[in-house]
Amino acid sequence: MLSRTADHLYWMARYIERAENMARVLDVTDNMSLVPNAAASEAALWGPALEIAGAVTTYEDLHDTITANEVIHFLALDPRNPSSIYSALLSARENARAVRAAISSETWENINSLWLEFAQFQDMRLLEGHLHEFCDWVKSRSHLFRGVSFGTMLHDDAFRFLRLGTFIERADNTARLLDVKYHLLLPNDEEIGGAVDYYEWSAVLRSVSAFQAYQKVFSDSIEPWRVAELLVLRQDMPRSLHACLGEITAILDQLPGRRNSECLRVAGELHARLRYGRMEEIFQGGLHEFLEDFVVGNNNLGLEIQRSFLNAQAA
Amino acid sequence: MNMQVKLPFDEMLVDGVARDIYAAYADWLSNTPPEQLESKRQEAELLFRRVGITFNVYGETAGKERLIPFDVVPRLLAAREWKLLSDGAMQRVRALNMFLHDIYHSQDILRAGLVPNSILAHPQYRPEMIGVNVPGGVYAHIAGIDIVRTGEDQFYVLEDNLRTPSGVSYMLEDRRMMMRLFPELFRKYSVAPVEHYPHMLLNNLRAVAQPGIQEPTVVLMTPGAYNSAYFEHAFIAQQMGVELVEGQDLFVRGNAVYMRTTEGPKRVDVIYRRIDDEFIDPLNFNPDSMLGVPGLMTVYRNGGVTLANAVGTGVADDKSTYIHVPAMIRFYLGEEPILNNVPTYQLSKPDELQYVLDHLAELVVKEVQGSGGYGMLVGPAASRKELDEFRLRILSCPSNYIAQPTLALSTCPTLVEQGLAPRHVDLRPFVLSGKSVSMVPGALCRVAMKEGSLVVNSSQGGGTKDTWVLN
Repeated sequence: MLSRTADHLYWMARYIERAENMARVLDVTDNMSLVPNAAASEAALWGPALEIAGAVTTYEDLHDTITANEVIHFLALDPRNPSSIYSALLSARENARAVRAAISSETWENINSLWLEFAQFQDMRLLEGHLHEFCDWVKSRSHLFRGVSFGTMLHDDAFRFLRLGTFIERADNTARLLDVKYHLLLPNDEEIGGAVDYYEWSAVLRSVSAFQAYQKVFSDSIEPWRVAELLVLRQDMPRSLHACLGEITAILDQLPGRRNSECLRVAGELHARLRYGRMEEIFQGGLHEFLEDFVVGNNNLGLEIQRSFLNAQAA
Repeated sequence: MNMQVKLPFDEMLVDGVARDIYAAYADWLSNTPPEQLESKRQEAELLFRRVGITFNVYGETAGKERLIPFDVVPRLLAAREWKLLSDGAMQRVRALNMFLHDIYHSQDILRAGLVPNSILAHPQYRPEMIGVNVPGGVYAHIAGIDIVRTGEDQFYVLEDNLRTPSGVSYMLEDRRMMMRLFPELFRKYSVAPVEHYPHMLLNNLRAVAQPGIQEPTVVLMTPGAYNSAYFEHAFIAQQMGVELVEGQDLFVRGNAVYMRTTEGPKRVDVIYRRIDDEFIDPLNFNPDSMLGVPGLMTVYRNGGVTLANAVGTGVADDKSTYIHVPAMIRFYLGEEPILNNVPTYQLSKPDELQYVLDHLAELVVKEVQGSGGYGMLVGPAASRKELDEFRLRILSCPSNYIAQPTLALSTCPTLVEQGLAPRHVDLRPFVLSGKSVSMVPGALCRVAMKEGSLVVNSSQGGGTKDTWVLN
């Protein structure tokens, strides 16, 4: 297939996934604001959301203070923020438009109608009251995108590049979310296990749709190290790092070989760390360091995919 | 001023009575409340928007495209009428292809004195094409012939579009929409199908690959997602199952064109290009073009790839060449033209110029190289001031213009805000040339949505209708 087409498919899926993850972060942060004493201030509550989005500097360029309303608008609707849901969905749709001949018409129509529906939220200044509804909408459109593409597209290389985009982006997002939250939620000088902690951790779990999974796997109180285990090492947890890398290596195995060897090597290395890693060892080396390493490694994998397949020069 | 008050020919009603071909439909229409038609129209608009059947307006923001108005009332043609139109259109395209071959080879028609030598100085005449042999002698693989009607048996060809004619996706999508909105009508009438157009097109494109290539790779080349006709490019590529490429996806090595794929370079044999001559190769034409492929023209001239349409077809569809098409038909085919030209005044001739200047308010004046309804004057609709301004423009370069009588284009009932009302229409059937010349029984019908307007171009607010050829 055309390299440019593969590139658009890959980014289309990445942007949809990015929008979904942003919606998850917004939703969960907003929920936390309902828990008494959850955070000392609006800034303490909403600052981390900006951190997860990697958008602190952009935000500071535009705003003097961190307020719930401004952060919500900035992360959801602001065209000036390249990682806002607005920007992600616009980019997804522009990428889809560029390859509408290469995706199933159902997939295209789904993304196109998503964009048309988005207009109704764009003009609303009422996110305060409707944030939950909005986030649910973004999430369900993202689910629909995956379902429609899975169910209507030929499972060929085009589909594989699309899926690669989904899982590279998802792995990145889960790692960032866990890093920021873990860092915040484990102050050394405080006792772990209070009520706020419980809400905080259940919120983290809910943000990656893992609350029920946690109960099912551990059927026990929420312990931070178990949350980390679930989101890092559990292979059967759909948003865990291990699950994402499992998908990625399986997809890379099916792609044409000649240009693929470096991608396979980088992905295999990352995958092995998750497949054979043990939580105790990860904690010994520091979870933060581990996640930071992972984000860099995952990013390199993305660049390698880009180099090998998507920016193919006249070779 | 000569203000004729003569009603134009209506496709459905003559003296208040439905023409035969419309009898059953007119009956259905009179029993269908306008509100029901209106709700169908809204449904269609919603669907078109969701499917993204839109066109881009240059300079507008990303993510905002426009719909071409779609009318739910079809234009009906009897099989007998269609035979006349299609025979006439195919005859023209045969002659035009022979003319293009001739003009780039032995130039017999110039020596016969039927077309003036000045044509060789025409900006669309491409000296690069002299002596180049294109497969099958086919230059205009896809042609759009614009036809208007003024009476029961009066059809005129307005224009031959031989460069990169567009609109066929609307023929196909309008049909799909009509079948969805009015299945009961399709059960009742035997409407000739058009859905196989992409299949026919692909077969034609395969047939014009260089001889000896077993499984030719065909691609469709677009200027990109911001081109106004991008939807159509993507749609046709998808319907044919071929790659939709941009200039940046192709490169030249040796005497061949390749596309960049995830598995490495892949050879391309036939390029259905929807990009003008001037932009296909920055080394040969416009050096600033970012849309083209450097070196493409050299490979093309050496027979390493087929372009559809061929380079240099613009010389044959220009309004100053148009007047010679009937002579071409007689010269190359030894036949009488089946379809008439609109009588045309050449302003390069002093006596015709004088006539036109004296009768400006009755005539339509067009720029020889204009398209899309830009740069034209519709005399009867123009103000005193507009007439005076245009007069000066003509005088500054008369050979840049032609003039034609204002034709009373036929009207067709059309759903507008006030309900059903007659609106002027034209017809663009598409003629395909490969091993042979062929057409599907259907066409793009364009309709001027504004009362009294004769300008049907979508860039000027025109809409489309489905065209039914009834057996």
